[in-house]
Amino acid sequence: MYPENYRYTKEHEWVSVEGDVGTMGITFHAQKELGDIVYVDLPKAGATLEQGKPLGSVESVKAVSDIYAPVSGVVVEVNESLARSPEKLNEDPHGAAWLVKIRLSDSSQVNQLMPAAEYQSYIGE
Amino acid sequence: MPGKTRQHITRNEALLFELSSPGKRGYQLPDLDVPAVDAASALGPGNTRQEIEDFPEVSEVEVIRHFTRLSTWNYGIDLGLFPLGSCTMKYNPRVNEQVARTEGLLWAHPYQPEALAQGALEVIARLEAALAEITGMDAVTLEPAAGAQGELTGVLLIRALLESRGNPRKKIIIPDSAHGTNPATAAMAGYSVENVKSNGHGMIDVDALAALVNQETAALMVTNPNTLGIFEQDVVRITGLMHSRGALVYMDGANMNALVGIARPGDAGIDAMHLNLHKTFSTPHGGGGPGSGAVAVKKHLDPFLPYPRLKCVQDHWTFDYDRPRSIGKVRAFCGNFGVLVRALAYILAHGGPGLRQATLDAVLNANYVRKGLEPYYELEYPSPSMHECVFSDSRQAKRGVRTMDIAKRLIDYGFHPYTVAFPLIVHGALMIEPTETESKQELDLFIQAMAGIAKEIEQNPEFVLKAPHCTRTSRVDEVAAARKPVVRWTRQPAAGKAD
Amino acid sequence: MRYLPNSELERGQMLAALGYDSLEQLYAHLPKEVLLARALDLPPGKSEYEIIDYFRALGDRNAAGYACFLGAGCYSHYRPVMCDVVVSRGEFLTSYTPYQAEMAQGTLTTIFEFQTMICQLTGMQVANASMYDGSTAVPEAAMMAMRITSRSKILVSRTLHPEYRTVLGTYLRHLGAPVIEFGYDAETGQADWGDLESKLDDRTAAVIVQSPNFLGSIEDWRKAAALAHSKGALLIYVFTEAVSLGLLEPPRDADIVAGELQSFAHPPSFGGPYAGVIAAREKYIRQIPGRLVGETKDTNGNRAFCLTLATREQHIRREKATSNICTNQALIALMATVFLSVYGKQGLRELAQQNLSKAHYLAGGLPLRFQGPFFNEFVVKAGARTPDEINHELLGHKIIGGLPLGRFYPELRDCLLLCATEMSKRAQMDLVKKAIA
Repeated sequence: MYPENYRYTKEHEWVSVEGDVGTMGITFHAQKELGDIVYVDLPKAGATLEQGKPLGSVESVKAVSDIYAPVSGVVVEVNESLARSPEKLNEDPHGAAWLVKIRLSDSSQVNQLMPAAEYQSYIGE
Repeated sequence: MPGKTRQHITRNEALLFELSSPGKRGYQLPDLDVPAVDAASALGPGNTRQEIEDFPEVSEVEVIRHFTRLSTWNYGIDLGLFPLGSCTMKYNPRVNEQVARTEGLLWAHPYQPEALAQGALEVIARLEAALAEITGMDAVTLEPAAGAQGELTGVLLIRALLESRGNPRKKIIIPDSAHGTNPATAAMAGYSVENVKSNGHGMIDVDALAALVNQETAALMVTNPNTLGIFEQDVVRITGLMHSRGALVYMDGANMNALVGIARPGDAGIDAMHLNLHKTFSTPHGGGGPGSGAVAVKKHLDPFLPYPRLKCVQDHWTFDYDRPRSIGKVRAFCGNFGVLVRALAYILAHGGPGLRQATLDAVLNANYVRKGLEPYYELEYPSPSMHECVFSDSRQAKRGVRTMDIAKRLIDYGFHPYTVAFPLIVHGALMIEPTETESKQELDLFIQAMAGIAKEIEQNPEFVLKAPHCTRTSRVDEVAAARKPVVRWTRQPAAGKAD
Repeated sequence: MRYLPNSELERGQMLAALGYDSLEQLYAHLPKEVLLARALDLPPGKSEYEIIDYFRALGDRNAAGYACFLGAGCYSHYRPVMCDVVVSRGEFLTSYTPYQAEMAQGTLTTIFEFQTMICQLTGMQVANASMYDGSTAVPEAAMMAMRITSRSKILVSRTLHPEYRTVLGTYLRHLGAPVIEFGYDAETGQADWGDLESKLDDRTAAVIVQSPNFLGSIEDWRKAAALAHSKGALLIYVFTEAVSLGLLEPPRDADIVAGELQSFAHPPSFGGPYAGVIAAREKYIRQIPGRLVGETKDTNGNRAFCLTLATREQHIRREKATSNICTNQALIALMATVFLSVYGKQGLRELAQQNLSKAHYLAGGLPLRFQGPFFNEFVVKAGARTPDEINHELLGHKIIGGLPLGRFYPELRDCLLLCATEMSKRAQMDLVKKAIA
């Protein structure tokens, strides 16, 4: 369920790093708690993110939840397909429904995040 | 099955645009008694439109049938109990509708000479005076168009007063039980919002509040009774605390139906408040408006009220525009005048003793319902209830049935649901406000219905989860509506012709 | 009290069920210092007959039976009987905001029809379920433009309704948004585009233009849009006379349209309740304030409607909401929907055509102050007499004349703003012409 090579935040985001670029999204647990996701508000490419600060939000029919940056850096790519198909976030949150790709400004931040096993015990699974 | 109304005989009704057929008409204008003017030459090049594409063309008969059929898919107070907590859905006296259509009032232009508007000005003056007496405040403005606009007006008044004292301050404190409008309003007035938690009795935690209030605090926004239907017992201590630190207290008067004739916010130290005339004073909600959000204030806020203000000069009412310290206008003209006429008619019909009796009956009805439902639903806060009571769905949730599902099943029993999942501090809330215009018989049917649903949940939760079963429209797919919003009708290309 | 259904017997039974023996025990827990120790100082309750009589007397102290040539943001149009019949049905009149879609399809369907007709009339792709009125729709539109552009400066024409401009100032004062006015051309009464251009810059969020404007002149929205867009600002097109949409080319280049729908079936009613509306281009749908109704299906596959995109709203997003607005003006919007379906495609055009013809008849031969094209309102110079003297003479004929403009435009203190509608009769118009000429 939770890929071993991802790292996880307490706010239920994941990040997967290749080189100096991290791909991030929200976790399976997060989408389950939110229910049917109807809209995603994401930053534009070029935006500067700070670890732990909101980068956007996801909406269900009756709730809005902030998404927090798992790491600091600059947005290099945004998953535009989510604007048309927000349901992908319910269907494949760890894969096709990644949110943004971030060029990391401090790769050591990744090590502060939880590995899969720790995250799973954090959410009680 | 208890409950009286089963509706929705109409099953299919097309939209106006689909009913439309070229050349149909439902109107006839008088013959023009002046020469016809050529639009294109009078309006200038490029200013005249072609026909309004896809605009409906229907006959008068089709118009009345269309809207009458659609009306049967609605539920209103005229059909039965409408126990929406915090919304005060009480009977809307029909005489109020009639007097609002009095020719001299309905056709009065806001700019007609004051000498020919004395009747309209008297409505405003008399209603202002009655509301000041009811709230225990010094002055009332009737300009705000709705409760939320009343709130904005009140917070702008507070800001103006603090500015005149040299510092508008930065934040407004709002209890966690508050309506969402309170924080939204504070933000529109340029304030940041800080939340104060409720205590175990469902009231503001005064010690927590005292720890929050400082030189940056402009005001506290409090709803009393609060959204749990509980009277804030410490309200006098709270207003004293805020005043001692140079801050003011705004009261959201959404729940004033619990207090009229019994207690006055002004006497408890409230500085400013709004009244929802469409709640407490029975003007019809009309499917979501118009409302009216009168704002009542103490003397120190009077100079800042929206202009114009009425004054009486030699037995004549006149508008005073010379209000240099006013926050300005919050709405054009003089507010939702037609709503004011209805509210005044309501007050005149009740009189002082009748208003007090209405309050007592509202509180009696809420407590009677509370008592009747306690065996079946979990009451989160045992503090005494005023005009409404709040249960949680915690017992039913164990069977997988939530407050929204219970609400949908209640529709099958012929009642409008209560307020669902609000206030947020009660998880899975059922917020019930019967109002004073319900009889014991209607309340007994409601209690039986709610008890019946509780039993159904024990025996067959799946059935409740799929409710409503008796309406023309079953549960709607709100997710699809939000994912791919379709907010207007457009002509679909005919089959085979699509490109 | 006749609206209270419970008898003393029933009250007694209910109290007994609660273990109380008096109603006073219901609030015995309230602190003594807040209780009102006396009766309210209000007269005793009145019968239905007395109430009708009272308001009839008040109506008679107003201008009942007068012809009226006032416009200025509030227009006297005939209301087809059907409008009143439909809104008087209890199922519409006494219903609530349609949160429970399964038992509010009537309201929801009519709002969907309303939104559609507003789009057809304005040339926009999305319209909300209505706002309080035109004057509050304008600041809401301005705040919407600020969110979309992430800019804060607002440029507003001096020919936007003066009371609307005041409301705009009240709303934006504490949001760090400067509101700057640009003038009008003294010859045409239309916006001074040169003045606008000199004030436009890349901090400008929106340009606000009313058409027909407060002085009656029809504005060139193509020019306004081109100027606004050249600096990345939005154009907000405002209308106060909705009947003009039956004949005028809709502002297709505008980004947001904010207007007042009073003309569609609601008599003047001394200023309210009316209904405003905001319409916009499709891409701004998530920034529009207020209620929106969307189409969907129910579990049986039937077409159904529900409130949608609620996450924009205050009850969910709280201090981050698009606005604090909770209500629309559903009943007034319903009245407008019925009005528009009665008149329909041909009727609205014919109605607008009659307004145009009457106003041009009234204006014929009078000393017009401005040369710009007008719809059903225009400014005349009073000449030898003051506007008040002219109006005073007309009152003798049971006619309420035009609006003396000095109150809002000191430079036009010798001018009257006159309005004619389909309800203006030729004989009365002749009296007005005679009084002015």
